[in-house]
Amino acid sequence: MKIPLLYSLRNLWTRRLTTVLTASGMALVVFVFAAILMLAEGLRKTLIETGSYDNVLVIRKAAVSEVQSGVDRLQASIVETQPEVALGSEGQRLLSKELVVLITLPRRGSDKPANVVIRGIGGSSLKLRPQVKLIEGRMPRPGSSEIIAGQSIAKRFKGGGVGETLRFAMRDWTVVGVFDAGNTGFNSEIWGDVDQLMQAFRRPVYSSVIFKLRDSSELEAVKSRLEHDPRLTLDALRETKYYEKQSEMMAKFLRILGISLTLIFSIGAIIGAMITMYAAVANRTNEIGTMRALGFQRVSILTSFLMESLFLAFIGGCIGLFFASFLQLFTVSTMNWQTFSELAFSFSLTLEIISIALLFALVMGFIGGVLPAFRAARMNILDALWKS
Amino acid sequence: MQILKIITKNALRHKLRTFLTILGVAIAILAFGLLRTVISAWYAGVEASSASRLVTRNSISLIFPLPLSYKDKIRQVDGVKLVSFGNWFGGIYIDEKNFFANYAVEPKGYLTLYPEITIPEDQKKAFLQDRKGAVAGRILIEKYRWKIGDIITLKGTIFPGEWDFVLRGIYRGRDKTVDESAFIFQWDYLNETLKKTTPLRADQVGWYMIGITNPNLAADVAVRIDKTFKNSLAETLTETEKAFQLGFISMTEAIIIAIKLVSFVVIFIIMVVVANTMAMTARERIGEYAVFKTLGFGGWHIARLIFGESLLISLIGCILGIVLTFPAADIFSSSLRTYFPVFNVATKTIYMDIGASVLVGSVAAVFPTWRAIKIRIADGLRRIG
Repeated sequence: MKIPLLYSLRNLWTRRLTTVLTASGMALVVFVFAAILMLAEGLRKTLIETGSYDNVLVIRKAAVSEVQSGVDRLQASIVETQPEVALGSEGQRLLSKELVVLITLPRRGSDKPANVVIRGIGGSSLKLRPQVKLIEGRMPRPGSSEIIAGQSIAKRFKGGGVGETLRFAMRDWTVVGVFDAGNTGFNSEIWGDVDQLMQAFRRPVYSSVIFKLRDSSELEAVKSRLEHDPRLTLDALRETKYYEKQSEMMAKFLRILGISLTLIFSIGAIIGAMITMYAAVANRTNEIGTMRALGFQRVSILTSFLMESLFLAFIGGCIGLFFASFLQLFTVSTMNWQTFSELAFSFSLTLEIISIALLFALVMGFIGGVLPAFRAARMNILDALWKS
Repeated sequence: MQILKIITKNALRHKLRTFLTILGVAIAILAFGLLRTVISAWYAGVEASSASRLVTRNSISLIFPLPLSYKDKIRQVDGVKLVSFGNWFGGIYIDEKNFFANYAVEPKGYLTLYPEITIPEDQKKAFLQDRKGAVAGRILIEKYRWKIGDIITLKGTIFPGEWDFVLRGIYRGRDKTVDESAFIFQWDYLNETLKKTTPLRADQVGWYMIGITNPNLAADVAVRIDKTFKNSLAETLTETEKAFQLGFISMTEAIIIAIKLVSFVVIFIIMVVVANTMAMTARERIGEYAVFKTLGFGGWHIARLIFGESLLISLIGCILGIVLTFPAADIFSSSLRTYFPVFNVATKTIYMDIGASVLVGSVAAVFPTWRAIKIRIADGLRRIG
């Protein structure tokens, strides 16, 4: 015969204070666990969505980021003539020679400086990045000191809004537009005409060449041709791959921190659950004896106490996830060590994270409840009834 | 004395529960200590920097160089004692995973400016005499098992090519805050090679390090230096080394804030666990408290019993946690060496551990005490279980 589930639930209700305390301990652990998963997921999403699978990024050999790279005009032209470069609707090559440099800008409000990416763009830059949409103002006119800013730059940096000016490289640059690039890293960039920026920064070379493949499978062909051309000292790789590499260090850091934190925290919560469940067993010794006398099996008692612990964990898990879901409203902006530049990404909650976090809570409840439940099941009927 | 005895006896009544709670507190204190140590490791660069050194760099951002010709101009500025300079090299040793800081410096001035970097006299001499010479920190040497005289090849990311260096010395930090995992070589080697390969990039300096005569005038000297180069092609930004390092940290501020928050969450979690233990304990003993009251003991006496037990448990846990922090920090630092070259448990962290556990112990006792004091004798005696 089975003990009704209601018995376990009612028990939790009777000892409300203890239930709330234990569940909130678990909720906090689940919250931290979910938050770290969400952060890692947000970072991954941002960097993966930044690149397009069909785009190829060409940078100088051995350079790890666009900022370190240099591609001179002659080399860039050789890349431009490759037959694998896709053609646009007007017959132009979907290829863009870009300049990427970092400048230090003060944030709004706090005045604290941060490194911001400035990208010099050409005519095809926007076509290569369909995620980027102008949401305010207009595009900069080629040949002028006009720039457009990514949404998170416009929001968080002094002089980043439409109509404002930024001063760098001995010139005043007018922000004429703001673009939204979805969840991507471009949101933390400033774009302007590449030739103007090269002049202003006195950099005679491009940083990278980006082009769209005519056919996605032709990467290997163009890659080996570019890398074996004696005139070139360049590396070609898929844009998605490039951005994934950019976040390796940050992702690894989040992973190490996340795993060690949740491990330690979950031990705390398991101990909390164990204390609660041991007390529940101890307090109900008489009850357990009575139930056994009534004919309930040991297994039923084991299951009943285990269920109680799992319920407790489930409540905790739900509360933790509930609060964690509000984190999606926040955006984290920090410096990416590898590129040295500002990167903004947000917490992102997926169905997978929800299920992992709940599973994690249940595992905590199970580990915390299994020993006390065994103690309850192993009790001798007479001893249990004797104890006052 | 009598009360201490009762408290200890009480704590031992449920040995398993007390043990589990102490374990929980110990783990929480351990986690708290580690997180705090991560934060102080973040600030290690600031700790190690001196307020009497200035750093001058290009005002656009660190990736833009300054001309070498600025050296003499800076030297002429009133209040400047010594000028050295360097370039971030960003070389890769065999694989990207083996990250360590490597930069080119003008060695004589650099070693004078940074007396905390200590090299044996003969090694120093050998390093200064060899243009391809390099010195590396103790930790790097141990990690890669280098020996003096070894040829070390770095692949340049900013300056293309394979660069060979001859290891001429091992440096140690004068104190614990010095990063002992950097690789330093002669700026002349970099520059002479660039003159041959890419002359456009030669004679460029990443940053100037400046020693000043009077640390109190650091701000004035910085302003004077920047004024010298106002409206030039490469305007400068000069700040004290401390401010320079803090600037880096403020860029990753979000992570520090997150770690700080999490370190408080762990204290909160354990507070909940201890509060739960105390609540259960007090509930079971409510009849005893009623007996105490009948005998004429006041609420104050009962409060002392509960608070005493709670504090006893949390402090034992705290001591255990602190003891565990040191070996755990060692393990942590070896797996996170790439991120934190300096990873020491600070004395301040231990004080914070103790403060946190006292807080946990007291807060956990508040609610059960309140209940125990408030309950009427008759109700307390009537209640069972």
